[in-house]
Amino acid sequence: MNVKRTWKTVESGPRDYQEALHPVVKKNYGKWKYHELPKPGILKHVAESGDTLFTVRAGTPRQDSVDLIRRLCDIADKYADGYLRFTVRNNVEFMTPDEENVELMVKELEAIGLPVGGVGPCVSSVAHTQGWLHCDIPATDGSGVVKSIMDSLYDDFKNWQMPSKVRLSTSCCAINCGGQADIAIVVKHTRPPRVNHEIIANTCELPKAVACCPVAAIRPTVVNNKQSVMVDHKKCMYCGACFGACPAIEINHPEHSKIGVWVGGKNSNARSKPSLGSLVAHNLPNNPPRWPEVNEVIRKILTAFKKEGRPWERLGEWIDRVGWKHFFEETDLIFEKDMIDSYRHARTTFNQSAHVRF
Amino acid sequence: MDEIDMDNEDEKKSSDQDKKFLNPTPMLDELEEGPWPSFITGIKELAERTKKPMLRGVMDQLEYSYQTRMGYWKGGLVMVRGYGSGVISRRTMIKDKIPEAAEFHTFRVQPAPALHYSTKMLRDLCDTWEKYGSGLITLHGQTGDIMLQGIEESKIQECFDAINQAGWDLGGAGPAMRTGVSCVGPARCENACYDTLKLHYRVLKYFTEDVHRPQYLYKFKFKFSGCPNDCSNSIFRSDLAVIGLWRDSIQMDSTEVLDWIEKNGTDSLVNNVINRCPTRAISLEHGEMVIDNKNCVRCMHCLNVMPRALSPGRERGVTVLVGGKNILKVGAMGCTMVVPFFKMDADEDVDKFIELCESIIDWWNDNGFEKERIGETIERVGLKQFLTGVGLEASVDMVAKPRSNPYYKSKY
Ligand code: HEM
Ligand code: SF4
Ligand code: SF4
Ligand code: SF4
Ligand code: SF4
Repeated sequence: MNVKRTWKTVESGPRDYQEALHPVVKKNYGKWKYHELPKPGILKHVAESGDTLFTVRAGTPRQDSVDLIRRLCDIADKYADGYLRFTVRNNVEFMTPDEENVELMVKELEAIGLPVGGVGPCVSSVAHTQGWLHCDIPATDGSGVVKSIMDSLYDDFKNWQMPSKVRLSTSCCAINCGGQADIAIVVKHTRPPRVNHEIIANTCELPKAVACCPVAAIRPTVVNNKQSVMVDHKKCMYCGACFGACPAIEINHPEHSKIGVWVGGKNSNARSKPSLGSLVAHNLPNNPPRWPEVNEVIRKILTAFKKEGRPWERLGEWIDRVGWKHFFEETDLIFEKDMIDSYRHARTTFNQSAHVRF
Repeated sequence: MDEIDMDNEDEKKSSDQDKKFLNPTPMLDELEEGPWPSFITGIKELAERTKKPMLRGVMDQLEYSYQTRMGYWKGGLVMVRGYGSGVISRRTMIKDKIPEAAEFHTFRVQPAPALHYSTKMLRDLCDTWEKYGSGLITLHGQTGDIMLQGIEESKIQECFDAINQAGWDLGGAGPAMRTGVSCVGPARCENACYDTLKLHYRVLKYFTEDVHRPQYLYKFKFKFSGCPNDCSNSIFRSDLAVIGLWRDSIQMDSTEVLDWIEKNGTDSLVNNVINRCPTRAISLEHGEMVIDNKNCVRCMHCLNVMPRALSPGRERGVTVLVGGKNILKVGAMGCTMVVPFFKMDADEDVDKFIELCESIIDWWNDNGFEKERIGETIERVGLKQFLTGVGLEASVDMVAKPRSNPYYKSKY
């Protein structure tokens, strides 16, 4: 374009937050005393000054339109003095010092289809990823999986029916942008990738493709007089790292890209140390638009946790207490040989003791 | 309903369809059912209102993905002037089939720390985005960016100039410093042991150059949590986690403790507080709750259960952990504590902290391989070497326990 540019870029970095803070927040910044949870979806913070601030939290689709965001702004203008914020799990929060505004906001949020909840011992919304809507390497969708899961867990988002917080994540490739969570839904491929020898030399830097494989399964080769790579099917464990590095090594497949469920991941330091999740179900079909098989596994896990978990105990802490055998029995999931770790540090996950439950 | 009605219903549907801007998307339509807010309903409404062909293309491609269970975006290079990152290029692989999805590039925009907004900021951003782009926005990406999704390359510079003028800047991508994440911290949380918003702001501002011009071995992410509850999920999700804590004793309001026991009962105190302390640092002595602060590991549990009665101590600061990441390439790793306590009160503390971060990043860029996250470099080269390289004191806080194998070069 030849339009003359009149603006010179300002490398300002993160957006300044001063103008984004609610006046009651500004006034009591760093001087909060305690908080209470009056009811699901609502927080009440009390400051040393005696000021109180109510927060209403609601779930969003994360993939928002400007129309929805403007509606959120309307509600914020009407009841929250023109301010709002978001949580890392894509919930929106409105703050107000006026208790009367709380119920009014809840009503308006529900009227535009946003559930109020996600605070306290309940399921919060899902940390999720881009998927087919926008990423260049996904084997499944992000927002669609989340929509299907949260439809089933709607009541668990809005009510306190869990022993403790339940955090979920989804990831649409094995790289796992969604991260650790009480229950993580992650793609798992079940076949080696297919190399497109015709285009690879022009599409990718071959040494990088060779270097990216965690198990050194990729080797340089020549096919039809063209530089290419080959995948050692014996070594390959279908992680898809190569596809992320080189689009000519296609791993995604409509049938063979499956879904696995991992439980017991935890980010916080409360009680137990942060922990990585463990695989408890896999080879679930990638079944859009509703992923019923994945939903069924989540239901089984949460039904058992709801029944047996104790107050404040996170999913992984419950399993630590009752043991994996009991977990598999109670959830009706099946432990398989493939769930024994075989990568680096695998031995740290073995039972090197005489402890056993019968 | 009898058959004739059904037919009418179908006819009515198809004549409605005639007036519609969007093509039929039967599979996506199933995601409009159910109580959770539907992103499909949102995109449809936006598309029908704005009639942007690009949105029709995206819906057609998404429907095709649902039907064929494959993705159809390819990456590429699209930039704004002077920057080497911040725009994610998206073009369809199936242009013949869906020409309207030809281009759908994304801006990663850095929000304010802890994702606070005034409606003015957000409305202006929406207006600009509707003018130049698709009107579709992700709030927020997992790395913490606002993602403005869907714009043509020809409009990128003009759009960026407009949002930059309004005070926004782009986030990172590729082997660069990435956008930071911070918890709500002192803005609204009594547990905050330092100013997460300010530190996030100052640190990311300092590294702005490295956000915009990828020149690292790989990505580097900061996350800031005000206390060990770690609401920004820093330990497994960032290369450098800054977590607030205190060094002295938990502050206890004994009247509030009694009130709590009155309300919840001694059973609850024993079952939910005392028995859940990971180091058994809490006991009942003559009916009174006592905390052995020397043995408290600052896990936050008791403070979470009794927020009115217990609060963090007064001597506050941060602990610094390094090297968290997810699966690629050697498996998921948590951050390792490398500075048990760092004072974070005055501006000079912030300066010192930034200096430390610089030497950590320099060490990594000098010692790591290409595409290696700092956690992997430390694992490969050794934590001992990292500490020496950066000039940090070794301390027993950095290990779960001392080594249990004898393969090392001892000093003599
Ligand atoms: C192939 C191109 C890739 C695309 C298009 C992509 C896309 C994304 C997006 C859109 C986000 C959220 C970003 C934001 O908030 O700004 C994200 C986060 C993330 N990505 Fe990727 N990604 C890619 C490759 C990778 C690779 C190779 C890795 C592994 C090293 C990776 C690991 C992650 C992780 C762990 C997160 C979230 C972690 C956090 O909380 O910061 N991604 N990715
Ligand atoms: S999880 Fe994988 S496919 Fe999904 S957005 Fe992240 S990188 Fe893309
Ligand atoms: S899928 Fe993973 S293991 Fe297999 S070749 Fe690619 S990078 Fe290597
Ligand atoms: S990490 Fe701690 S200080 Fe920050 S919001 Fe969570 S509980 Fe509050
Ligand atoms: S903070 Fe955690 S470790 Fe410290 S006394 Fe409370 S429960 Fe125990």
